[in-house]
Amino acid sequence: MALLEVQGATKRFGGLLAVQALDFTLEAGMIASVIGPNGAGKTTFFNCIAGFYRIDEGRIVLDGHEIHRLPSHKIAHLGLSRTYQNIRLFSGMSTLDNVRVGAHQHLRTSWIQGVLQTPAVRDEERRTTQESLRLLEYVGLKGKGHIQASNLPYGDQRRLEIARALATQPRLLLLDEPTAGMNPAETHEMTDLIRRLRDDLGITILLIEHEMHVVMGISDRITVLDYGQRIAEGDANRIQRDPKVIEAYLGKGAAAALAAED
Amino acid sequence: MTPMQTPTTWAERTGLTERLLDIGIAVFLWAFRIIVLFVVVVGSLLTLARGRYSIEVWIDLIVGGLSLGAIYALIALGYTMVYGILRMINFAHGEIFMVGAFAGFFTGVYLAGTGLLTASPLSAVVGIAIMILMAMAVAALVALIAERIAYRPLRNAPRLVLLISAIGVSFFLQYTVRGLFGPGIYAYPSVPFLAEPVDLPLLSILRLKWLDVLVIGSAIGMMLALYLFVMRSRAGTAIRAVSEDKATAALMGIDVNRAIVTTFAIGAAMAGAAGVLYGLMFRQIFFFSGFVPGIKAFTAAVLGGIGNIPGAMVGGFLLGELESVGPTLFLDGLGVPSPNQLKDVIAFTILVLVLIFRPQGIMGERLSRSRA
Amino acid sequence: MTAVTAPPPTVAPIASARDLWLSVAIRTGLIAGATALYLCLTGIVPTFDSRPLIRDVITLGQVALVVAFMAAGLGTAIRLGTQASPGRTVLGGTVAGLIAGAMLSALVLLGSVVDLRAMFLHASPALWNVLTFEMGTSGFWVPAAVGAVLGGLAAAIWLLPGALRMSLLAGLAMVLVMGLFAGLLRAPMLSGPLSGLARQLFAAEGLQPIGALLSFAAGAILVPLFRPSRIRARAQRLSREQRRVTAVPLGGVLLLLVLLLPLGLGPFVAQVVALIALYVLMGLGLNITLGLAGLLDLGFVAFFAVGAYTVGLLTSTGEYGIAQWSFWAAVPVAVVIAMLFGVVLGLPLLGMRGDYLAIATLGFGEIIRILAGSDLLKPWLGGPRGITNIPKPLDVGPDSFLAGPNQIYYIALACAAVIAFVAWRLRASRLGRAWIAIREDEDVAEALGVNLVQTKILAYMLGAAFAGLGGAIFASLYGSVFPSSIQLLVSINVVAIIIVGGMGSIPGVVVGAIVLIGLPELFREFSEYRFLFYGAVLILMMRFRPEGLIPSRIGRQEMHHDAAEDDPLTATAAVEPS
Repeated sequence: MALLEVQGATKRFGGLLAVQALDFTLEAGMIASVIGPNGAGKTTFFNCIAGFYRIDEGRIVLDGHEIHRLPSHKIAHLGLSRTYQNIRLFSGMSTLDNVRVGAHQHLRTSWIQGVLQTPAVRDEERRTTQESLRLLEYVGLKGKGHIQASNLPYGDQRRLEIARALATQPRLLLLDEPTAGMNPAETHEMTDLIRRLRDDLGITILLIEHEMHVVMGISDRITVLDYGQRIAEGDANRIQRDPKVIEAYLGKGAAAALAAED
Repeated sequence: MTPMQTPTTWAERTGLTERLLDIGIAVFLWAFRIIVLFVVVVGSLLTLARGRYSIEVWIDLIVGGLSLGAIYALIALGYTMVYGILRMINFAHGEIFMVGAFAGFFTGVYLAGTGLLTASPLSAVVGIAIMILMAMAVAALVALIAERIAYRPLRNAPRLVLLISAIGVSFFLQYTVRGLFGPGIYAYPSVPFLAEPVDLPLLSILRLKWLDVLVIGSAIGMMLALYLFVMRSRAGTAIRAVSEDKATAALMGIDVNRAIVTTFAIGAAMAGAAGVLYGLMFRQIFFFSGFVPGIKAFTAAVLGGIGNIPGAMVGGFLLGELESVGPTLFLDGLGVPSPNQLKDVIAFTILVLVLIFRPQGIMGERLSRSRA
Repeated sequence: MTAVTAPPPTVAPIASARDLWLSVAIRTGLIAGATALYLCLTGIVPTFDSRPLIRDVITLGQVALVVAFMAAGLGTAIRLGTQASPGRTVLGGTVAGLIAGAMLSALVLLGSVVDLRAMFLHASPALWNVLTFEMGTSGFWVPAAVGAVLGGLAAAIWLLPGALRMSLLAGLAMVLVMGLFAGLLRAPMLSGPLSGLARQLFAAEGLQPIGALLSFAAGAILVPLFRPSRIRARAQRLSREQRRVTAVPLGGVLLLLVLLLPLGLGPFVAQVVALIALYVLMGLGLNITLGLAGLLDLGFVAFFAVGAYTVGLLTSTGEYGIAQWSFWAAVPVAVVIAMLFGVVLGLPLLGMRGDYLAIATLGFGEIIRILAGSDLLKPWLGGPRGITNIPKPLDVGPDSFLAGPNQIYYIALACAAVIAFVAWRLRASRLGRAWIAIREDEDVAEALGVNLVQTKILAYMLGAAFAGLGGAIFASLYGSVFPSSIQLLVSINVVAIIIVGGMGSIPGVVVGAIVLIGLPELFREFSEYRFLFYGAVLILMMRFRPEGLIPSRIGRQEMHHDAAEDDPLTATAAVEPS
């Protein structure tokens, strides 16, 4: 069964159709990408899945549960986590605390126990801290737990966002332009990390990306959006040749011109 | 690495307390709705069934509500316009209104000394116009200074910082006025002509006084002028563009600062004019006079849909009526002693109701919950 | 508002080097003059004039003017820096002082021709006499002359070598501080063996000239020796171990001082100290809601009222008392009821964003106040006459040390300690992290699985509980509750304490309460202008030090960092022509 299933999702802003009757399925264990020109509705699509926006029509099903009417924290409980196009860390908190907030939903002690510092709390805190440090190490931020998040360099902030998302123990991870603004070396490390997330941890990954060689390199499947609609879907080879996609990116007539050149 | 948990369902993962809380909130909100509805419906029916009040009383209450509403609407415009352009609640707006009332007061005292306010109806109207213009000018000036000192440097700061600064401005202005003019209550100069009834054929059923005509008429006149200014003039277009999208407006060559300053000045001028009308209507002002009308006008702005100019006008009149007619209509029948003491409670309850159940107001579009 | 019309100091003057000094001097002089005018017309100068700083030499009102003039000179000198020759700097200071003084001279002249009192309450002969050293309006030239001299003097002081300058300024500051606190220091000394010394140093109000000289000397010598920066540097050089060793006895002494504080105080000061302790307690409570969770609750006073009225009703031996319980039995009930109110009033507020929340909570506060004073609830709550005859918690003899406000001081202190402990533990807990996370970015926190409803409700509930406790103690401190004790100003007091001290910072709350509650109560002259001062402080703090005097570690960066990048307002900043 598909891990994520979107059926006829539509999202309007006033008169603008940001996402239009979109159907989309994602099998567990995949790395899938959503691409499209600027303003194609990619981030809106993410926001609908993650519960930031309510869709106007259609349904979204995560692992058998309808999620399109749930508040976003319940969607997180169901195993979905995300990162943001313009990094949104808790910038005043330490790197470690950012990750520990991610673990929040798995902690069970009450605030009264917290005040009394019962053994259960101390035990839970110790385990959370260890686990969080392990996640920091995993994404390549070893030894940086005490640094305030806003003082991290840009690339590390992107990694921290991923570590924070991992702390929620997701089964589906949405990455919104994870390599934006990175140099080639950093981009390479990031694609490597994304692949490991799937291979080591078995997390299904859906990403929005502008960097075409990243997309083509790691995606099992690519979906192309334009004007809120799906215009193409398939593996890298197919997408690269699809005339509709070329048209969407380069303008009308471009596909024919390219074909003529061949 | 992270041990993958076996997939669980939401029901399993969601704690019992959490679900109880969800249910509790739903119950609470419904109970709130039902109580308010009960008070309004049953109270009104009982009041009307008792028939203690004559039709004249009701007409007076409604006309009073219109005048009050006109004043709220004028103040609310400032809240709504500033919110539209800066996404900020100008907490000190009520104090700008109060400063306008004081400016009008001192002008009025001077004019009363010359006899202008009492000579003839025409001279009185001229005198009041001068008072209003002075109040508008002073209020606009004070608002611009406040914007320059306390708001502009914080435009990129977190919202909480801006809001606290605005609270600071509010107190600073209140107690500056108290220091300058003293804590006493000032009696507005009397304009005898305003107390006379309007003796025109059709209007006499409404039992209007010239005061009501003046307040409602000048408020509506100013609102129309404002509406035309915002919709038709170049500066108005700039304001609308900046409200829509600052970055794009700036790229189009619009002077964003100037648009913001204009907005503050216009909003403050409207509040200043409202201050004079308030003074003429209630006859008493003091340094704290701006506070409660300020919150109520904010309520009116929210009621109409904050950021929406016609909404602020509608909201103002609606709130004025609810506050004027409401205590008698809703509460008297329920046997509440001295219901007029509770008119502020009605206004604040409306504020809370709107914020809970229809935060976009009557005429506004739904604001995105996210901060973007 | 005249104080603020002048252009802000950030705008660098564009002038050729030759007349740079003049344009800086004029600008600074205008700002200082406008400030001085403001101080005069709002009545601060004439009111402070009734209080001598040094007996028969100078009053506090005159000090305000002196400070304004000297600030004109100093400001000019600082802004000129090394860009002007020493002669030009002194000349600039003189001109700035002259302009500031001349503005006051103009006011006096104007006042001699027109009756300004018709408008400005304080523009009276009394003010002219302060400004002209009792020479009346014919001495209108005095402020200008004094301004010029002081402005020049201040600029000259600035040119002195660093150590000397520091000594001079420190000495002056010490005279000011000692003069302000003279009354406080004198009262306990009079009763002891030091009474002779006290009479030598302190007048009934302010300092004796001898005392002033000694204070100046002490400040001039001691402050440079124990410069705060030097102490801090030395503390930093200590190892962690050494620091811990010194911290323990230091903390012990401090604790002992706090505990013994009421011993030497008269009944009036004891009441003030109890009030400070009470506000520390409430500040710590709101610090959870505002400081940690970032929810600006201006209706804090509503819970305070619930606590106060509950204790009043349950314990009062007067007309409206219903149970005549003891304070100790009533307090837990009051706290629980306040908590319930916190939940009930918190529920509708859940979906609201910061600024809406502030106004909605403010509305709640007002609703509670109006209801408490209304005829509707009069049969139970006493209407405007309130509830009286609330007994003190401890039933001790009238001569006992614990009879008056002292017992309240200890109770409030103990409660504050408990709250501080709870707040400190919570901050490090998962709930505390969730609070800070929603303060920083509500949407992201929710998307990480933080239940906003639960988390926010807990913040309201705990804040309300502590406010209720504060109200309960307040009721027994004053022995009565009236609707007029439930002013919005109580909420504003508490918010201001937190802002001044530093959001989320526990020591900050203590400092904030001492500065904002203690000082205005102790100096009656100030209390008149207390909220004016609050307003100015809130604006200035937000502009220059939004993280507060003693910031929490987290707050420091948080308050300075620009709003989230996706905020449309920030996006503009880059584009906006400035």
